Amino acid sequence: MMSAVRRRTGDAIATRAVQAGFVIALVTLWHLATTQWGVSHFLLPQPAAVLRELADVLRSGEFVQDLKITLHEVVVAFAAAALSGTVLGYLISRSAYLVRVFEPLFSGIYAIPAILFFPVYVLIFGLGPASKIAIGTTISFFPVVLSTIAGFAHVDRILVVAARSMGSSGYQMFRYVLLPAAFPVILTGLRMGFILALLSILGSETIASLEGLGHRIVSLAELMKTERMFAYIVFAVAIAALLNVAVSALEALGRRR
Amino acid sequence: MARMPAALRHPAGARALVILALFGIWEVAARWFVDPSFMSPPSRVVAFMDELFATPGVPQALFTTFLELAAAFALSVAVGLAVGLLVGLHDFSRRSLLPIVLLLYATPQVTILPLFILYFGIGPASKIAFGMSHGMFPIIVTVAAGVQNIKPILLLSARSMGASPRQVLRWVIFPHMIPSFFTGMRLAMTAALLGVLLAELYVSSTGVGYFTHLFADSFEPAKLFGLITVLALMAIALNETVRRAEVRFGHWQST
Repeated sequence: MMSAVRRRTGDAIATRAVQAGFVIALVTLWHLATTQWGVSHFLLPQPAAVLRELADVLRSGEFVQDLKITLHEVVVAFAAAALSGTVLGYLISRSAYLVRVFEPLFSGIYAIPAILFFPVYVLIFGLGPASKIAIGTTISFFPVVLSTIAGFAHVDRILVVAARSMGSSGYQMFRYVLLPAAFPVILTGLRMGFILALLSILGSETIASLEGLGHRIVSLAELMKTERMFAYIVFAVAIAALLNVAVSALEALGRRR
Repeated sequence: MARMPAALRHPAGARALVILALFGIWEVAARWFVDPSFMSPPSRVVAFMDELFATPGVPQALFTTFLELAAAFALSVAVGLAVGLLVGLHDFSRRSLLPIVLLLYATPQVTILPLFILYFGIGPASKIAFGMSHGMFPIIVTVAAGVQNIKPILLLSARSMGASPRQVLRWVIFPHMIPSFFTGMRLAMTAALLGVLLAELYVSSTGVGYFTHLFADSFEPAKLFGLITVLALMAIALNETVRRAEVRFGHWQST
């Protein structure tokens, strides 16, 4: 018993050591490649230089404008997708027939990479935030509507029949039977929708845009300011990771209720 | 369902009607309500298909994009399988390395798209590399998970009957990994498609990305819509192929 516990903690330390070693080896290789082995700093800037640039970006507050634009696009796109997806999903889920009509249709469209349609969106909505919001809404609509349909349509029949036979009203049925059963599934769909909105908006800013984080990275790449570009990449990845953690925490919180 | 037209009684029939209705809305909107230099009705898109394929370079561009996708997918499968086995086969390596893989999987790769162009140029190489960076991770994760989910009793009995490590790999681990491997391939196909198309749309010298820019900049929506339609059909066909393969090979187990 004792030895098993000790072995497990020893193992845990060893796994952490491997993970830390991986990161350290990566940074060391990066450092050596740029300082000793003569890799051009246009291709790969020195880690220290990137850190300096990152500090400068954060201190000067230069990132605020781009971050604001990107977050604004993500929030609007996600709100539109969440609202339309849950409402439409609920309405469809009320009829087994409609579910069989629309569920395969939506999941079929979901499998097509919607970023394909981005040139059309740019043509119609222009280079500004509107085209990013439109593509973000389109892409994040599908996981939301599919999970809403899945959540509401597959509530255990016995629960529904029992509630009905005990004389529950339509509102009571929704509030105390359908919603609690469907809620966790919808939450997962909403989380996926949010992440997809973020990714597709960063991606579409990269492809064709005038402002936003994705556009900032691209324009720095075109100016060959690689150090600053790396700093912005680190910044964008950190923001994405933060948002990821935040929505996962919200999902866990919502599940527990 | 009382009193419904025959075509609507079957969900598939109703689905076809919904799709037709969507195309109808598109046709009406594009014909009468939207500036024709921005949007083309489906009838014109179909009529311009010939001209699209007659445009010098378009068939080659489609072929190039298809090859990029094939290469990205093949590399994703090969590397993903190797790394997935490496990570998944041993308890220790899985616990120490899988979190690193998941962390990399969760980072938004679009932010480093300019780096791929910087390193691999604007030709097909950058698209293949970027597609692979998307397609590889689902395979690593599903293979590692598939290897992990084998019942210990199967491994134990194979070993107690004197199977060599290689025989265990070939006759126990490998067959049990197949279902999750095919799931991984389906996810990898969607991801690799996304990666290749993102890189194409960002900047391209020979692939479809070049022509989407060209047609959008020269206000030829009929050709732009046609090209996108062809690509969407290609995506649907490829997705459907791997999905069928998943259904076909994914459920050999009776349990």
